[in-house]
Amino acid sequence: MSDLRKINIDGTEHEVPADYTLMQACEEYGGAEIPRFCYHERLSVAGNCRMCLVEWVGAPKPQASCALQVKDLRPNRDGTPANIRTNSETVKKAREGVMEFLLINHPLDCPICDQGGECDLQDQAMGYGRDASRFAENKRAVDDKHMGPLVSTVMTRCIQCTRCVRFITEVAGVQEIGLVNRGEDAEITTYLEQSLTSEMSGNVIDLCPVGALTSKPYAFNARPWELDKTESVDVMDAVGANIRVDSRHDAVMRIMPVNNDDVNEEWISDKTRFVWDGLARQRLDQPFIRENGKLRAAGWDEALKLAAERLSGDPETIAAIAGDLCDAESMKALKDLMDNLGVKNIDCRQDGSLIGTGTRPSYLFNTTIAGLEDADAILLIGTNPRHEAPLVNTRIRKAWLTGDTEIGMIGQASDITYDYDHIGTSPADVAAFVKAIGAKSVKGFAKTFKAAKNPVIIIGAGALRGKAGLALLAEIGALAKSVNAVRDDWNGLNILHGAASRVGGLDIGFVPGEGGLSTDEILSAAAQGAVKTVMLLGADELDTSKLKEAFVIYQGSHGDNGAHVADIILPSAAYTEKDGLYVNMEGRVQMGARAVAPKGQAKEDWAIIRALSGHLNRVLPYDNLGALREKLFADHPSFMSLGVALGVQGAAQFDVAAIGAKGDLSKEVFVNPVTDFYMTNPIARASTIMAECSALFESGKNMKEAAE
Amino acid sequence: MAELLQDKDRIFQNLYGLKPRGLDAARQRGAWYGTCAMIEQGGDWIIDQIKASGLRGRGGAGFPTGLKWSFMPKEVGNRPHYLVVNADESEPGSCKDRDILRNDPHLLIEGCLVASFAMKAHACYIYLRGEYVLERNRLQEAIDEAYAAGLVGKNACGTDWDFDIYMHHGAGAYICGEETALLESLEGKKGQPRLKPPFPANAGLFGCPTTVNNVESIAVVPTILRRGADWFTSFGRENNKGTKVFSLSGHVNTPCNIEEALSIPMKTLIETYGGGVRGGWDNLKCVIPGGSSVPLLPKEICDTVLMDFDALREHQSGLGTAAVIVMDKSTDVVKAIARLSYFYKHESCGQCTPCREGTGWMWRVMERMVRGEAETHEIDMLLDVSKQVEGHTICALGDAAAWPIQGLIRHFRHEIEERIDNYRAGKPVFVSQGLEAAE
Repeated sequence: MSDLRKINIDGTEHEVPADYTLMQACEEYGGAEIPRFCYHERLSVAGNCRMCLVEWVGAPKPQASCALQVKDLRPNRDGTPANIRTNSETVKKAREGVMEFLLINHPLDCPICDQGGECDLQDQAMGYGRDASRFAENKRAVDDKHMGPLVSTVMTRCIQCTRCVRFITEVAGVQEIGLVNRGEDAEITTYLEQSLTSEMSGNVIDLCPVGALTSKPYAFNARPWELDKTESVDVMDAVGANIRVDSRHDAVMRIMPVNNDDVNEEWISDKTRFVWDGLARQRLDQPFIRENGKLRAAGWDEALKLAAERLSGDPETIAAIAGDLCDAESMKALKDLMDNLGVKNIDCRQDGSLIGTGTRPSYLFNTTIAGLEDADAILLIGTNPRHEAPLVNTRIRKAWLTGDTEIGMIGQASDITYDYDHIGTSPADVAAFVKAIGAKSVKGFAKTFKAAKNPVIIIGAGALRGKAGLALLAEIGALAKSVNAVRDDWNGLNILHGAASRVGGLDIGFVPGEGGLSTDEILSAAAQGAVKTVMLLGADELDTSKLKEAFVIYQGSHGDNGAHVADIILPSAAYTEKDGLYVNMEGRVQMGARAVAPKGQAKEDWAIIRALSGHLNRVLPYDNLGALREKLFADHPSFMSLGVALGVQGAAQFDVAAIGAKGDLSKEVFVNPVTDFYMTNPIARASTIMAECSALFESGKNMKEAAE
Repeated sequence: MAELLQDKDRIFQNLYGLKPRGLDAARQRGAWYGTCAMIEQGGDWIIDQIKASGLRGRGGAGFPTGLKWSFMPKEVGNRPHYLVVNADESEPGSCKDRDILRNDPHLLIEGCLVASFAMKAHACYIYLRGEYVLERNRLQEAIDEAYAAGLVGKNACGTDWDFDIYMHHGAGAYICGEETALLESLEGKKGQPRLKPPFPANAGLFGCPTTVNNVESIAVVPTILRRGADWFTSFGRENNKGTKVFSLSGHVNTPCNIEEALSIPMKTLIETYGGGVRGGWDNLKCVIPGGSSVPLLPKEICDTVLMDFDALREHQSGLGTAAVIVMDKSTDVVKAIARLSYFYKHESCGQCTPCREGTGWMWRVMERMVRGEAETHEIDMLLDVSKQVEGHTICALGDAAAWPIQGLIRHFRHEIEERIDNYRAGKPVFVSQGLEAAE
């Protein structure tokens, strides 16, 4: 039990944990509402806005409640608990004063400000401010700053709360925003007005309590009150960040984070946030059929009929591959259909890996994202979490920043916002590391890792491609065993997936059946003509040149790699346009929701497959999504526990030494799967905002810089 | 007439630099005499002596020095202790530390050793004001001499106590004289005050227990220990004991630094050491008794007020750094205070809202009032704004910006009103064309 102290809040006595701040105590126990600008739960305390002042009876000055802890309060002289007032005349006056100061140099441009309607300053001025201004001087004007293609600035509106500075420094881990000059000349700026290079930079838009930092792509597009808000799940990576899709009519206007302490806290990456313009470009809005090498528009009936014709051949010559953005229901429907047809050549691992056929813990991120905060040593193998899963990277950074967590890396060196020991670069170095841990005198990171109570191993899915991947996994299993990383109360073995659909696909068993072909085998068989018809369910990250000989049925939302080689295109809904279940890398089942209608004639994926089954005379036994889900839950009970990650639960039965398959470990350097963070899927590739970011940050990495 | 302090009772025997400042000369004046013996008496004894002497901090706030020292952890844990000497003397009107630093540096260095020992600190940092270049050279010279003579460094003074002393030269920001901003600056960060608590005694320099003291507070310590707490308490009234260096400036005939006993009447101080007010005592308009940040006092109060912490507080002013700024009747007092407002606006660090926004607002209104270009009700508004700044900020700079204006309105409201009336009546308003210092 934590240390409790008695304090008197607004006349009522409460027992409050000693390490609470007055703000927490007053809000949680006293039921008071404390206004604030600079304070933010996930950032360090700055105490500079002075809006949260409360009265400590007897103290000469009002106190900043965000900074003062309950244990810092002395009882009154007569021994009674300290009295805190949140509603006294002093407090009211103090708040009015601060509010007035904040407003004297704040422009009255609310009608043309994008923050209008969701502005802390606006709201709190109504609640705590004076009715009129007494300021008769000229207002200060501040030059706008350049912060890159995502963040728009109107710095005259800035109230210098420094939330953006603290976020970029502490959470994003790049020291690029700062407060320059002093006094009333103080200004927030990026260093030399360069673009923010963080992949988390968009969060400063949410953090900014006023309209100083707003979204550049969304500028002047909509007002918050005219938007429909739909809570959903992101599919840009396998984190499954919780998002809110703000839409107006049939257009997604913006994407915002939703708080989920277990997954994304309240951050999302720039790709998640700004990919929305890709939802309106390059869309497949009606079925197409290729004739004489050219695609022509077709009706649904015609396209489905032709597809059914092609799929009813010899099952050995048919294959299906599911892509990175698929919901679980559509994969389930496709798998059911393929099973029905007797097709065994199915795979959801379009990256060519062979993992995921064992028990769930063998392919999950078992420590869980939130669990990383308890880690005391983390070994990254063949992964760049900053690009593969920015929010996992943020958690690792948080653990590194706030705890004694040490980090080691075997793979390509890169700036991942925290310090790490670079131990090696290839699978062979993993074996060397295992040897170093077993050696008599253990040194360096191996020593730290061996001594760690809660060691964590994170393997990038990109490092697990092909047979070599299984060999590596076996070696990592041995490593996990040797440091006792998997035990009843801790599971430190983690696969860092890059694709939102992957774990769901593996859970469903969307992998080759007995004697079936895997992705790589399908592709080479197709090139040789052994596989004649390939159905791609939103699969675009393949070597499509190998599919030229085969008849390709592409079902997806965007005209991307898959559609380019397709002979039939079946247009389907993007992730914002359908209800669907997604399983993130932790094995957490989350529900995405439909925010807008699919484009044109496009339909939800499962419905297309269901219709196709009708044309094949093999009708799938579900007529609506509910029935499909019931089947899914019945066949795969893990889908029933919504929002829960397996975590340590599976550790007891998990034989970590049995994963993978022994084999040779190559000396070739790990190649990170993400070469361009902003271009990892068809939606991102269709987005002009992502293209701009990509041009700026990814292609510009080798740009020469002027001397200081 | 009250009895004046005798030369033999002055701690700073070379305040004016009339004698050599080197180690030998300092020794002849008593510095470094019996230092080892003091240290051998133990840290608790030193702190008790300082407590008994009633020494109150000389940097402005007047917090009892011995008590402050006793806030340091009793034992050194896994974090080292530090003493930091605040030599960032930037208060307009104040120049006492400067004379100590350039003419009597050995008293300070000796004080650093003794105080550090008492607080179990092996290292002491002296944070020097950016503009003090000559002082920097002279202080460094003195530190080097002390190292060469084995007075500081390993086995300092032969006491088995290892003690290092470092001088850090600031960059000339007033705010860095605030103790926590000073620590930030010393750590290499931007000079912005920290939130308190935690207080420096818990988490100060580099997160370690730290005491920050003014130059004068530290420099008087060895002499107090040598001559005894009784000797020190024989000067001044109860709760305002000891001697203090006063800086007399403004419209006095002979501006000077002078060490005198606390509680000396202001009139005596000015008449005796300042050579009187320019044009005679009756030509006095007002006095800022403790450096620019304390409220001014009109002549009626100056006639009788004593120069100590409590007496000035009774008159809603303060002793501050005891920098007495004298203004005679030729002074445009509104303009003078407006100039101070500009100073605080210029030196505000911009971290917290009331000071960042309030100082600029107050200065702009003051400037209009200098010309009379205001409404009468704006005087009350200005007072209200100053109250909104005072006490609502992270550090005391907000208070310091508010107090001069409050003092002006308290005592010279009629002058502001007159100007406003004149301006509205179309009468020419006289604005003094005094010389302004460059920033």
